[in-house]
Amino acid sequence: MLPIEHYLFLSLALFIIGVIGVVTRRNVIVVLMSIELILNAVNINLAAFSRLYGDVAGQVFALFIIADAAAEAAVGLGIIIAFFRNRETVLADEMDLLKW
Amino acid sequence: MLDKVLFYFFAGIAVASAALMVTRRNVVHSAIFLITALLATAGIFLQLRAEFLFIVQIILYVGGIMVLFVFVIMLVNLDVALQQMQFARQKWVALIVALALAGQVGVMFWTSGKMPGQGLPVLTAVAANRLPLNSEAVAKSLFDSYLLPFEIASVLLLVAMIGAVVMAKKRA
Repeated sequence: MLPIEHYLFLSLALFIIGVIGVVTRRNVIVVLMSIELILNAVNINLAAFSRLYGDVAGQVFALFIIADAAAEAAVGLGIIIAFFRNRETVLADEMDLLKW
Repeated sequence: MLDKVLFYFFAGIAVASAALMVTRRNVVHSAIFLITALLATAGIFLQLRAEFLFIVQIILYVGGIMVLFVFVIMLVNLDVALQQMQFARQKWVALIVALALAGQVGVMFWTSGKMPGQGLPVLTAVAANRLPLNSEAVAKSLFDSYLLPFEIASVLLLVAMIGAVVMAKKRA
């Protein structure tokens, strides 16, 4: 079996890639996909620790996170569609109506 | 040994396709690479003996959420978006954030006095064949200890559903 740090570093790598995506991409859809990647990295950690302690609670929390990700994707994509209908763009830095 | 091979196989696919997802210009390519990354993560779940999570990951993430993403990508104007600049000029911000996150984990290892490869727990605490049946154990835990969070999650999904419909419907 593998030591726990394998999973921690895999999760860290996915998390950091996701954060880089959120910061550098202009397309809001890709930003949302990067957020999904971040949530997924957290799930790997939860599943690994659940296996480590032989306690299934970690997997239950991972299920809650997946439900949360689904809710977030639905609302986020709804907002993107509404915004695209009004402004004809999906680029994050053109969403500046509230900017002074 | 088999565990190691499977882990490195799936982890390699996951990290590589995640990196490709962030760097590809075309949004559809990004979505496909995200699907690959999510499937590889499902493989990691299976390797961790979390069978129920593995199935949920495939059905819900790959079959549900990603279909939603692809639909929205088709709805918004793809050809125009391809000609626009896809990357904000925030390379340095990204670099700083990534280094800060990695540094945080480094500090965590440093202060705990256990560097990777030396004395961190190995996942042998419970032998694989002595684990309870996964779906059964998850169901017991979910409907026993975590019943209230489960109900709250269902309310959250209802709210999200109504919110998505209200957001996306045509203004009268």
